[in-house]
Amino acid sequence: MAIRERLSGNEAVAYAIRQINPDVMPAFPITPSTEIPQYVSTFIANGEIDTEFIPVESEHSAMSAAIGASAAGCRVLTATSSCGMALMWEELYVAASNRLPLALALVNRALSGPININCDHSDSMGARDTGWIQIYAENNQEAYDNFVQAYRISEHKDVRLPIMICQDGFITSHAVENIELIEDEKVKAFVGEYEPEQYLLNPQMPMAVGPYATSPFYMETKMLQNEAMIHARKVILDVAADFKEMTGRSYGFFESYRLEDADYAIVMIGSAAGTTKEAIDELREAGKKVGLLKIRVFRPFPGEEIANALKHTKAVAILDRSEGFRAGGGPLSAEVKEHLYDIHASTRAVSYIYGLGGRDYTTVEAKEVYRQLEDMIENGTNIPQYQYIGLRK
Amino acid sequence: MAYNFKEVMNKPERLAPGHRMCAGCGGTIAVRTVLRALHEGDKAVIGNATGCLEVSSFMYPYTAYEDSYIHNAFENAGATLSGVETAYHVMRKKGKLDESYKFITFGGDGGTYDIGLQSLSGAMERGHDLVYVCYDNGAYMNTGVQRSSATPMFADTTTTPVGSVSNGKMQNRKDLAQIMAAHDIPYVGQSTLLGNMRDLYEKAEKAIYTPGAAFLNVMAPCPRGWKYPTEQIMDICRLAVETCYWPLFEVIEGKWILSYSPKKKLPIEDFLRTQGRFKHLFKPENEHLLVMYQEEVDRRWEDLLFRCSKN
Repeated sequence: MAIRERLSGNEAVAYAIRQINPDVMPAFPITPSTEIPQYVSTFIANGEIDTEFIPVESEHSAMSAAIGASAAGCRVLTATSSCGMALMWEELYVAASNRLPLALALVNRALSGPININCDHSDSMGARDTGWIQIYAENNQEAYDNFVQAYRISEHKDVRLPIMICQDGFITSHAVENIELIEDEKVKAFVGEYEPEQYLLNPQMPMAVGPYATSPFYMETKMLQNEAMIHARKVILDVAADFKEMTGRSYGFFESYRLEDADYAIVMIGSAAGTTKEAIDELREAGKKVGLLKIRVFRPFPGEEIANALKHTKAVAILDRSEGFRAGGGPLSAEVKEHLYDIHASTRAVSYIYGLGGRDYTTVEAKEVYRQLEDMIENGTNIPQYQYIGLRK
Repeated sequence: MAYNFKEVMNKPERLAPGHRMCAGCGGTIAVRTVLRALHEGDKAVIGNATGCLEVSSFMYPYTAYEDSYIHNAFENAGATLSGVETAYHVMRKKGKLDESYKFITFGGDGGTYDIGLQSLSGAMERGHDLVYVCYDNGAYMNTGVQRSSATPMFADTTTTPVGSVSNGKMQNRKDLAQIMAAHDIPYVGQSTLLGNMRDLYEKAEKAIYTPGAAFLNVMAPCPRGWKYPTEQIMDICRLAVETCYWPLFEVIEGKWILSYSPKKKLPIEDFLRTQGRFKHLFKPENEHLLVMYQEEVDRRWEDLLFRCSKN
């Protein structure tokens, strides 16, 4: 029987970590992800898991030690947020290019400056091109379920890429919600043992990791990393199918909410999707055909599938919770628009920025976005094609 | 067991020939000597900070290492090997590994004194059972001889060039061995390349086989950066020790032990004169700089003698 509980997002991820019992966790505290290493340390202190915790002196060292432990042959994770991830930046590339299946529990928080501890996606969006798989959650249940699926995806022989399991800082990480947990033995059986083929501590076959590669060799490594990212698409769906069989809970690249017949859609990532669903329900009551496409998997980017799911709409609003400073919209908007163009969709697409540094996003803002889309299409009104919502007046 | 030069030199090489380090490079000699101190049959994982050694000994698709080897980045050799060493304990605990492994990581002074100091300090403080070996050639040689905090005073480097109003680096070198000793780790050793390599070999063996964190600082001349004919490397190392510029010592469980005291301490000029990076010091108008240099060497030597006298 599944276990019904009330947990915060950080507690939910820690619960999954306890069930998986990974080998090594180096970590350095940073709000709002700090609780995760705290919970793991408590599990260790009470003899509940065999994991070795390395209390490193920085996030750069957290990812460095994670890389060392993973290359050595262990199942490894760390957790961080915001500036902690920024300090790891170089190492994110090293982990991915060494094809190490690490897991990173990322609790999304705004990047400086000004220093701000609240949610936005500027940390993980900045790391979108580092070669990591990125999976996002709307709520605690999804954060937990995504973490349970993480190693199966990351360690798959066709993938072997590090994976970032993201949840929204405070909104998801600290808010306590009802959650359905899976029994320990089912999780253990689902995740399985980690059996690397090549690793440093293999007495039969020494290995060298981290070469200097000159121009005749470097480019192929990048091509192969990308090939692994392409393979990850199928693996993510296969793992989700197995997960559904175990739990009944269904996951894909994204979630479509009342999208099938919608004229107007919002595309977004993370916890604010819940608010948008509420607004959609209210607008549907009033006869408006509105829907949502909530991205779960951002890397690999399921662009073609997203474009096909949106092409029947008259207009979409792409809401980014991070600024890209290209003076034209955030990263999600750029990638969605690229793929709408690729399939020659006639759907109009407008870029919005919302929720930076924890700024509230309510049903009022969501409804205003839908009103603008409708106004643009129905009345031919010129609306700004790139705008901030929820700014101080 | 008494040191037997012939036996030691006949041990199988763990750094294979064919790497691309320069002729006359002190770093390579240091690495070969340290790896020789591993007991035959013991397995090892070798770590390496980015630097000359890394780019020259593991250029894809060739590695010069007989043992498992990991290079991660420039500033994190300490943290990276912390992870490997921790993985080893977990695998042993879980019954996935029976063999015994040793963990040795190499970094230049750039990766150790400067950009990697935090990572090194963390690894030492946490007490991982590993040896961090700094091959100290006193500048960022891989990127073309820029000054580091290990660069000696008045050295001519590409970021402290000697010019009409400059006499090279203005600051004294950082005393890293002392900083490492302050971490209260079980073993710190300072050595260089001397005679039959006994000093370095024996210190490496102690560092590797002392349980817990150990640090070894090895002066390793660089012919390009120091500007000397390659065949003079052993003479330069000897003069560094005989002038007390580079004293040989150990700090075992907090006790400072001098390994060698010159019978007749030579003047610092004898060391400085061997290298092109100091040639401006021998202009008549710079005589006072040599006096300053000698005072600094004397001060540090007396300080070391005092620490060693407290046992």
